Amino acid sequence: MSALHPGNEILPPRERGALTLYLVTTLALLLVLMVFGLLMRMAQGTWLHVPPTLFYQLMTAHGAGMVGTVALGGSAVMWYFLRKYVSLSLPIFLTNYILFMLGAVLLLAATFLGHYAGGWTFLYPLPVKSMGIWSVGAAALFMTGYLLIGVGFLLFYLDAMRAVIRVYGNLGRALGVQWLFGGIIDKTHPPTVVASAMVIIVNSLGILGGAVVLVMSLLNAYAPEIVLSALFVKNLIYFFGHVFINISIYMAVIAVYELLPRYTGRPWGVSRPFLWGWAASTVMVLIVYPHHLLMDFAMPRWAAVLGQIISYTSGLPVFTVTAYGALTNIYRSGVRWRLPAMLLILSMFGWAAGIIPAIIDATISVNRVMHNTLWVPGHFHFYLLLGVLPMLLAFMYHLIGGEADRPDRGGDRSAFALYVLGGLAFVLMFLAGGHASVPRRWAVHESGWQFYDQVASVAAAVVIVAMLWFTVRLCRGLLHGPAASAPSPGR
Amino acid sequence: MSFQDSIWLTTLVGITGVALVFLYVISQSGRQEEPSAVQARAYALRRWVFGGLIALGVVVTGASLRPFPIAPQHTLQPAPQVIRVVGHQWDWQVDSGPIQAGIPVAFEVTSADVNHGFGIYDADGHLLGQSQAMPGVTNRLVHTFTQPGKYRILCLEYCGLAHHGMILEFDVVAGAEEQS
Ligand code: HEM
Ligand SMILES: [Cu+2]
Repeated sequence: MSALHPGNEILPPRERGALTLYLVTTLALLLVLMVFGLLMRMAQGTWLHVPPTLFYQLMTAHGAGMVGTVALGGSAVMWYFLRKYVSLSLPIFLTNYILFMLGAVLLLAATFLGHYAGGWTFLYPLPVKSMGIWSVGAAALFMTGYLLIGVGFLLFYLDAMRAVIRVYGNLGRALGVQWLFGGIIDKTHPPTVVASAMVIIVNSLGILGGAVVLVMSLLNAYAPEIVLSALFVKNLIYFFGHVFINISIYMAVIAVYELLPRYTGRPWGVSRPFLWGWAASTVMVLIVYPHHLLMDFAMPRWAAVLGQIISYTSGLPVFTVTAYGALTNIYRSGVRWRLPAMLLILSMFGWAAGIIPAIIDATISVNRVMHNTLWVPGHFHFYLLLGVLPMLLAFMYHLIGGEADRPDRGGDRSAFALYVLGGLAFVLMFLAGGHASVPRRWAVHESGWQFYDQVASVAAAVVIVAMLWFTVRLCRGLLHGPAASAPSPGR
Repeated sequence: MSFQDSIWLTTLVGITGVALVFLYVISQSGRQEEPSAVQARAYALRRWVFGGLIALGVVVTGASLRPFPIAPQHTLQPAPQVIRVVGHQWDWQVDSGPIQAGIPVAFEVTSADVNHGFGIYDADGHLLGQSQAMPGVTNRLVHTFTQPGKYRILCLEYCGLAHHGMILEFDVVAGAEEQS
């Protein structure tokens, strides 16, 4: 099926190997980290005895690990599609992988050997003030792990920046700003290049912010005389954290633009609203982070107002450009509902629906009673578990090609159904917990809250069963050489 | 219906609405129509969707920011009751003295070590309001208790091993008028 697997996406063997490394690692990490999540949920529901020290280690590893892993998977998606238009360096792509793995080892060692449990947000001064639960060395190890991972991604973006500039002149032209106010849009300008330009601009800045705050924190860890301002550090951390996790979505969504049209048979080109959506997102993702500091009343009032208003407006491109565009692309298209298409539309639903509780929580008066309750993991698991992960899974199912023209295996469809139902139930239990004012990040839950925890545990187990199926299928497909690189015989 | 109930309901309605739109489009996906015809109609409809969302956003923004939901931080007018709150790993240090219902109380919240979250819960477990407790910073949270009775403070910012143990119960007594 050349329409599904065009020739310019066939990878030379070494590139294929690198991509397989990224994807198999992503799958394996997701599965393990989901099990960590299940253990936490069962502990909260009193179905499992997990001492609080271990709970908070699991929480730290799960948060840092998941954020890193979806970024790893997202960068594989971006690399795979962007390399059709610009020439990306394979050594840099591999360097990013190696630094990621080294960083991951440090994070795991810091957490499970050094007992570091300061949370993935390493909010100053908790990493250096644990009351003796972990050492400053363990905290420094954790932050060094972050630095390695950040350096890897920064190299990846710098290489992409170099490659994009070589072809398009500058990042602005790649983003399409020359067509915002008029002019005839080049309809062949790839959405992938637009999205990649945004990602490069935003996440380079995000990672630089992260590097600054990590170095500041490391300095302070060993030279406490260098006192930091907790409020300033919190600003930097949430700037970095918000950008980094959001960019994972913007990298993975490239799979929607590239793949959905192939299954519907309808092109999805750039348009002025599309370009406006991405240009606006470029700015908004960078300045929206004060919505994490609405309960820090010492922040200037304009920052809180900005946080609320930009949170509202950042929803617009998602609703009116990407999700709306996907629905238009599918509507009466005679789409063939193979697994990649099903996963892609699920991802659009998860993203669009998941930002509803997110946007509502960015309202200051709502935040007053929802901030740091389970409402927060409720909304972000919604668009990560049911949004970003399906994008990554769709990409991989597409790559292994098995679902393209052969009837889906019954198992794939059952796993999909389990994933959707389990995932929805799981995130709704978090949101229900938020409605009931259950605090987030509590190792021990009061008896009135445990019902949600127990339902969520069952739901999480269902998700994990589905994920196990996906992982086995996808790993076998990826390792056996997908249709994308070797057209199956007889066609 | 509590404030939380209305937030929950709004969210469920929104999610269901999005789900219905997706299900409708999926139900229509088997038929085939000219892409250009679909696009023309979709683009026309999008203007309305976009305009509608903007209008909704403007109304909600206006309504939700006035009066501004965060009390002034620097004010010359002292609140009738002032209670100083200091978070410690892992307990709360709160000024003693009665807190009266019906009269605004200003909690001046800070921390002696790491970040904590000062969350006020009523006897039924509803979160009434919160503020961060940050070292080196004082956040001023003004709240008026409507009912006398037992309340609790729960920590709402992860602060290490015994974060979930940072619970303190306190009493709110009837205000002067109510007593007479
Ligand atoms: C079956 C799947 C999953 C389960 C069972 C699960 C479970 C959990 C639990 C129990 C928590 C702690 C909640 C609390 O504050 O009490 C949590 C936090 C978190 N999860 Fe997940 N999760 C899953 C999937 C994911 C995915 C796919 C991502 C990202 C791609 C993710 C990212 C996070 C993050 C960033 C946190 C915050 C950690 C923190 O508060 O420090 N999770 N998850
Ligand atoms: Cu705490």
